[in-house]
Amino acid sequence: MTKDTKAQAPQTIIDKIWAAHTIVTREDGDCLLWVDRHFVHEGSHHGFAQLKARGAKVARPDLTFGMADHYVPTRAGAERQQPADTRRMIRQLQENTTLHGVTSFGEGHPRQGIAHVVAPEQGLTLPGLLIVCGDSHTSTHGALGAYAFGIGASEVAHVLMTQTIWQSRPKRLRLRIDGTLAPGLSAKDMALSIIAKIGTGFAQGYAIEYAGSAVSALSIEGRLTLCNLSIESGSRLGMVAPDDKTFEWIRGRPFAPQGHAFDAAIEDWRKLPSDADAEFDREMALDAAEIAPTVTWGTSPEHAAAITARIPDPANESVAAKAEAMREALDYMGLHAGMALTDVTVDRVFIGSCTNSRIEDLRAAAAVLAGRHAKVPGLVSPGSSTVKRQAEEEGLDRIFLDAGLEWGGAGCSMCVGMNGDVVPEGERCASTTNRNFKGRQGKGSRTHLMSPAMAAAAAVTGHLTDSRALLEGRKP
Amino acid sequence: MKPFTVLETPACPLGLVNVDTDQLIPARFMQTPRSQGYGPFLLHDLRRDANGELRSDFPLNDPRYRDCAIMIARKNFGCGSSREAGVYVLVDQGITCVIAPSFGDIFASNSIKNGLLPARLSESEIEELLAEPTVVDGRPIRVDLANQKIIAGNRSFDFDIRADWKKQLINGWDDVDMTRSYAKDIEAFVAADGGSRPWAIPRSPR
Ligand code: SF4
Repeated sequence: MTKDTKAQAPQTIIDKIWAAHTIVTREDGDCLLWVDRHFVHEGSHHGFAQLKARGAKVARPDLTFGMADHYVPTRAGAERQQPADTRRMIRQLQENTTLHGVTSFGEGHPRQGIAHVVAPEQGLTLPGLLIVCGDSHTSTHGALGAYAFGIGASEVAHVLMTQTIWQSRPKRLRLRIDGTLAPGLSAKDMALSIIAKIGTGFAQGYAIEYAGSAVSALSIEGRLTLCNLSIESGSRLGMVAPDDKTFEWIRGRPFAPQGHAFDAAIEDWRKLPSDADAEFDREMALDAAEIAPTVTWGTSPEHAAAITARIPDPANESVAAKAEAMREALDYMGLHAGMALTDVTVDRVFIGSCTNSRIEDLRAAAAVLAGRHAKVPGLVSPGSSTVKRQAEEEGLDRIFLDAGLEWGGAGCSMCVGMNGDVVPEGERCASTTNRNFKGRQGKGSRTHLMSPAMAAAAAVTGHLTDSRALLEGRKP
Repeated sequence: MKPFTVLETPACPLGLVNVDTDQLIPARFMQTPRSQGYGPFLLHDLRRDANGELRSDFPLNDPRYRDCAIMIARKNFGCGSSREAGVYVLVDQGITCVIAPSFGDIFASNSIKNGLLPARLSESEIEELLAEPTVVDGRPIRVDLANQKIIAGNRSFDFDIRADWKKQLINGWDDVDMTRSYAKDIEAFVAADGGSRPWAIPRSPR
């Protein structure tokens, strides 16, 4: 760390990284922060347009990386069917990054994929870094102990031009999850059940540190999933303090420091975790043992319940606005209160997105699908070209194909449908993504969020299903 | 950016809760260059019926609110995706003030950068404002940023806005100009930082 923290009061990891990046503190308390990494994608064209309008250059091309993810085709041959506007978005990213000397993993590049999957996997995301990207799920990178948040297009332009960003200090929330997650459950169940409990507005204005034994026990992939969903509880960022597991996961990754430089970095990173008596503005504790496999039934991530439950009745909701939102959601989803969640049939499945498209996610889905056939069509889209190659080496692609699912390329794909892969109007999709908003996966699409194992189970049975029943007797 | 002082126009009583940015502008319109104007995409799928016709029962389509530059919504307005286009659709439609009990974090900061005022009232005040005949009838209400007051008929409400955002809106300030005035501090930071965090610079793999 740059600053001598010893003489100061105990600090949280949030305070430590903030202090290390503060350039100027304004009268009103806002700080100008240094940005260590900036990821741009096809949607960042507004930012580049502002740059052009001012005749400005990218201040630090060496800290800026282009990632083609939102618009790239993820189905074989889809490229030719993409409309000219979509092709232009992909080309523009390439042109803008080339013009400014920015390294870019564009369409067809061996490192291409979703920014929030690629950057950690390539060693671009490191503990203690401040990371921004014009995408709200930038919170994902917090899983490695980075301070990472999504920014808007004007902010993208600002970072491009200055490599800095103005921020007001967030309040600090520590969310402890202790205890042991039941077998067969994943970080997705943990994240969805947290949001179901605390609601989508709860963490607004807070930076979250996830702590506790259940969080430590998660794999790095699991922590990435957990931090990915921070934004759905209203927080711009969530993070997990780096530990030995983090360091070992990063070791040897292409853009990370190597050899002695890496060991020296670890020495610095060990100083990052919150001091024992550091104070948070708010603390909350949850018990991992209470977490069940969780699915959403409505149009907000907080509309989630255990797979064993029934769809709640808006009549039992005391807050009028919430009850109204529930009614609207059920109407849109074509469901009714009191229905068993396992009775909800699905039309297709999507396994992918920055939430759940890493190798561990694909393995979890394959464990359920192996030797079985899907009753409904579905698309499996690996989060990166690297994940795709690894999955193919492990033979996971065969399992998906044999089950009757499509094995696609890397990108955001059906998570948001910008590349043309949409859920047709009125269809119901079991999806490993992070947003079940109206029309998110395409106009009139109906999304049920769940873990990869649960989506795989829904593919096999054609309805929402407790994946644990399909894993009995199989090796974990 | 144009400085924000006082607005006096009808206010559209949208009244919806949790209007996320996907609803403000469906993703499929985001490939459009801004120069074409984003106004027509505002709440596109909510405003129209299955045949793409404007729904007459939707407040934004109501002739009483045609000339509104103000919109009133319920809690958590602008939640969800960070897309700044969620603000462009409003601004290009001529709406430069949204009044709600709470806003999505990123939406709120995006709105400042585009000269749109996110004015906060309590949930009960929002209910009162939505029911206020001046609003319902589409007569002008007054939003006075300097005094942080909303005046509708003979009712007056004090709204909340962060002090720095208020200053920025009133002055029509641009962030980049402000930051550039700190160029020396940035240089000094970079010089000090490089030595202490050598690992922060990405390695170039072969
Ligand atoms: S996968 Fe989905 S949530 Fe993630 S960055 Fe892409 S569009 Fe956004």
